Amino acid sequence: MDSVFVHKMWNDHELSKMINQDIPFLMLSDQDGSIGKMYGIYDEDSGVETRGRFIIDPDGNIQGFEVLTPPVGRNVSETIRQIKAFQLVRESQGTEATPSGWQPGKQTLKPGPDLVGNVWKVWKVSEAFND
Amino acid sequence: MPEEFKPGCQRPPVKKIDPETAAGISNESVLKEAKPSMVKVGKPAPDFTAAAYGQGKFVNTSLSEYKGKWVLLCFYPGDFTFV
Repeated sequence: MDSVFVHKMWNDHELSKMINQDIPFLMLSDQDGSIGKMYGIYDEDSGVETRGRFIIDPDGNIQGFEVLTPPVGRNVSETIRQIKAFQLVRESQGTEATPSGWQPGKQTLKPGPDLVGNVWKVWKVSEAFND
Repeated sequence: MPEEFKPGCQRPPVKKIDPETAAGISNESVLKEAKPSMVKVGKPAPDFTAAAYGQGKFVNTSLSEYKGKWVLLCFYPGDFTFV
């Protein structure tokens, strides 16, 4: 919502002090909210954008999104986990899937006729949760 | 009287006067602008071009420039809030 000039001020006066360098990605300005409206995350009532987060694959397709109201911040680790999972699935060309709670290094599933009704043999509920 | 509000990451609602209501026209007789629909997973992300700041430079960038790469697009209510 802010201008690129305010973005610079935020980078220079606060964000760069948190990480001892400039923010390593672009800070886009959507001053009229038109991009937020296209993505369905612009709140007309308060005139601000909510905390929308979209994972877009190399073909330009949206693989996942999450939208939160402003007072609650995101879980960056969860976003990175999801990106790694989508990358693994893409590299396997759909032959592998990542079950609930999957983390890099954990077992994937290979969907197919043999797996139907047999997930309980290869995947335990405890794997859905953090160690 | 101006109304005081506590500064935070949530701005107070913007009160907009509906010109139709102000003019006394019945809402039912007026075709409303279609509400923007939410994007869908597995479908193309809408392309856009926007001004941006990064690494000491002001630039114009488009989502389509990032074809071939994974993109994380994050919206937030305003600068100087948490992300």
